[in-house]
Amino acid sequence: MSLVFTGICSHGPGITGRADLAPPELRDPFFAAYHAMRDALHATKPDAVIIVAAEHFANFFMNNMPSFAIGMADGYEGPIEDPDWLRIPHRTVRGDAALSRRIIAEVQQTVDLSYAEEWKFDHGIMVPLSFLDPENTLTVIPANINCQGPPLAPLARAWAFGEALRRAADAVPERIALVATGGISHWPATPDSGRVNEAWDREFLRRWALNDRALLTAYTDAETYADAGQGGFEIRTLIAAAAAARGPGTVHFFAPIPIFSTGCFIATAEIA
Amino acid sequence: MSLYQLSRLLFELNRDRALQDAFTADAAAVADRYALTEEERGAVLQPDIGLLYVLGVNGQILMHFAAFRQIAWADYLQMMRDGVRQHGPVRDGVYAMTSGLDEKVAGV
Ligand SMILES: [Fe+2]
Repeated sequence: MSLVFTGICSHGPGITGRADLAPPELRDPFFAAYHAMRDALHATKPDAVIIVAAEHFANFFMNNMPSFAIGMADGYEGPIEDPDWLRIPHRTVRGDAALSRRIIAEVQQTVDLSYAEEWKFDHGIMVPLSFLDPENTLTVIPANINCQGPPLAPLARAWAFGEALRRAADAVPERIALVATGGISHWPATPDSGRVNEAWDREFLRRWALNDRALLTAYTDAETYADAGQGGFEIRTLIAAAAAARGPGTVHFFAPIPIFSTGCFIATAEIA
Repeated sequence: MSLYQLSRLLFELNRDRALQDAFTADAAAVADRYALTEEERGAVLQPDIGLLYVLGVNGQILMHFAAFRQIAWADYLQMMRDGVRQHGPVRDGVYAMTSGLDEKVAGV
């Protein structure tokens, strides 16, 4: 039928794995915003949710690294991490291989894409799902943009991937929601873990809310690495979401939460 | 320097329960399957998290290896700082340290 929902959110493994170590005055409003996004998502009654993620070597590695990939299976397992470490129990998430196939075919009209009939979810998808789908009722189609192993696809191509996802969502009879998850600035899994460039993040979210393609794709990777860390490369997923939605965004929550190793945000965009 | 091989070992270890069991039983035999330098091999077997970090292993791979070796989060961060103190700056990859040796950004 069409794209019915677009939202973006943080996915750092500390959000669940180290939840007890976070100051409640920061954590609780963040989790409340996540829960509000869950309610908004479910209210649109999506038949499937495309989750645009930036996975961290759960499936894809430098032996054969796709810039863009979409899952094409009837089910997915996760988390790949130790459930006790991530504090998210293992689950099988429902997929829809036939729907994936139709979406992939449309995306391929303009984007060179890998498809994957096997896909293990890491924290990049499982942390959002733990908040957005606690009852495990949604049908999920995973999509991935390589944000970990340079060379990385340029930001303009992340935008083009988002445009293709929108075209594909509009081309199928199902109601499609899109959730993109990534970092803004962060230096995860390094000794700098917890560092956040709040000003850079706020500026990025401002550009995202404006849905301004030129501003969103103006960052070079060298600038992003210097100002926003290697975690900042994950803005690709958020840029794709903006391209898919086409409309202005609303930032519902943003705060640096150092023990989660990232600035934590929840935002949604109008479908235009 | 064979960062790709070193990374591949840890990547495969992170996602393969059978390989984890083999590694627990005989880590040296698993390491022998990869074309590692002596320095890399030693860092994996010890394990020397700090040296693995300095060699350039991507943090998204290294943090799970640390968890697999039962290393707590705060200790993992400190081992990387100690690695830079002992072995010098990160030599490769995109996970260089930008904070000071005694700085604890997140309080741990
Ligand atoms: Fe990430």
